[in-house]
Amino acid sequence: MIPRSRRLWPVLIVLVLVAAALSVGIGTAAIPPGRVLAALAGHGDPIERAILVELRLPRAVLGLAVGAMLGLSGAALQGYLRNPLAEPSVLGASNGAALGAVIALYFGLAQWHPAALPAAAIAGALASLAVLALLAGRAESPLTLILAGIAVGTVSGAGISLALNLSPNPFAAMEIASWLLGSLEDRSFRHVALALPCIAAGVALLAFDGRALDALTLGEDGAAALGIDLARTRTRLLLGVAIGVGGAVAVSGAIGFVGLIVPHLLRPFTDRSPSALLWPSAAGGAALLTLADVAVRVIPATNELKLGVVTAFLGVPVFLLHLKRERRLW
Amino acid sequence: MVTIAADALAVTLGGRDVVAGVSVRIGAGLTGILGPNGAGKSTLVRALLGLVPSRGSVRVDDEPVAAMSRATLARRIAYLPQGQAVHWPVSAERLVMLGRLPHLGPLSHPGEADRAAVRRAMTVAEVDHLADRPATELSGGERARVLLARALAVEAPALIADEPLASLDPAHQIRGMEILRTQADAGATVLAVLHDLTLAARFCDRLLVMDGGRLVADGAPDAVLTPELLGAVYGITGWFGDDPRLVVPMHRLR
Repeated sequence: MIPRSRRLWPVLIVLVLVAAALSVGIGTAAIPPGRVLAALAGHGDPIERAILVELRLPRAVLGLAVGAMLGLSGAALQGYLRNPLAEPSVLGASNGAALGAVIALYFGLAQWHPAALPAAAIAGALASLAVLALLAGRAESPLTLILAGIAVGTVSGAGISLALNLSPNPFAAMEIASWLLGSLEDRSFRHVALALPCIAAGVALLAFDGRALDALTLGEDGAAALGIDLARTRTRLLLGVAIGVGGAVAVSGAIGFVGLIVPHLLRPFTDRSPSALLWPSAAGGAALLTLADVAVRVIPATNELKLGVVTAFLGVPVFLLHLKRERRLW
Repeated sequence: MVTIAADALAVTLGGRDVVAGVSVRIGAGLTGILGPNGAGKSTLVRALLGLVPSRGSVRVDDEPVAAMSRATLARRIAYLPQGQAVHWPVSAERLVMLGRLPHLGPLSHPGEADRAAVRRAMTVAEVDHLADRPATELSGGERARVLLARALAVEAPALIADEPLASLDPAHQIRGMEILRTQADAGATVLAVLHDLTLAARFCDRLLVMDGGRLVADGAPDAVLTPELLGAVYGITGWFGDDPRLVVPMHRLR
């Protein structure tokens, strides 16, 4: 029998390809698959081509990239903090980015230039990282980092609530609230150009730390005695999460649960070591978020459903199911 | 052979002097560290490995530990930490394979030599049959043996083991000491924190005794384990036997 871990990659690759194809193929305007291919190849109806290339393609690319970043950072953080409940929001990075974006919306910077909101979100993520590093100090214990992360996340959350509270009119509050729900609607290649470099940097910083994360299975002393430079590992991890997740949240808004559930879903199909989860979680996150974004378009609703709402609804049952299984296992 | 030398080594944790002015030179052979709970044994070995901020100096083969990279030190000295931490339900074999990390180049995968080292270590620690079991589901004693195998898999010329016998049954305690003895006989520098006085007396070449952060005795087991020392350090009386060598704790003095 082929071990479960060998079957994981083919399944993930198929899932990612299917998700990408569906994301490009499905939308409000029905375009048959043949014409989709023609339009992508540069022929066919100019309107269909515009819909595909300027609306659906960036949306699919962002879905894959943001999902991959969230899945990967969830897996890396769970490994680093040795806590299966960790996800990007644990370190306050998502909230920090969201606060940056909300500030941009609140002061109307977002209308002033289309890049202002994502830039503010990335600045927010980096600022929250700086505060986190100050609060956590040099201690290597995961608990200090989690506590500092909760503090940073809570302050950012309070800032977001304050912005909603003080919004000059209901429309401004609506704008903030709907951004906070997370969405990939109406994103262009400008957004792709903003998010992709950040996400690529985040992936580069996180994806090659597998060995250090594995060594941390033995605790900090055990890992250090195996030759791991813990301070460097931690700096790389924090920077990777802040830059990558900051870039992702900047274009998609706050999308929860992907970073939490993807590593959980995939762990039983690996040897359960943190390194074995990094790349699969990136692929799994890409597939999950893109499929959720397809679901948003397919589910009939008066207002288009927001992506963050769908991932939350998807996430909870999956998580509960796994909780049930883990309780028997551990 | 690896020589580990500390000079006026001191560690202060939370305002308390946990290790104070320890100067010692440890070479080949099996050296045991004894002492009551809280005497600073674990902190001393962590300081020797540069895992805790310390004053004074530690040199490994006449090279300051502070100037060595963690990777170099990891290949020179294998370390079995106290507490049997295992954070993910990886298989026992996968856990032992972690011992090969110091030998892997960047982005390379464990090769046949690494797998052979893992098999050797698991055979020596008698944990072959546990290979596929999740490490988190093992009993305390089984896990202790798997973690000892993990430290052996490094195949470093020196081994520092912090309470390697904790939660082992009597047979495996003897086996644990035999393993350390074999390593030492093969020329390795072995340093082990121990609590069992008889096993320490029977197997070790040299004993260090810590009390209140200080090194209070250092020498051959016969010279170190005296009724006076047991009284002063542990506050107990002991029953001593010569053949076989026995040191059995009898009564509390205080």
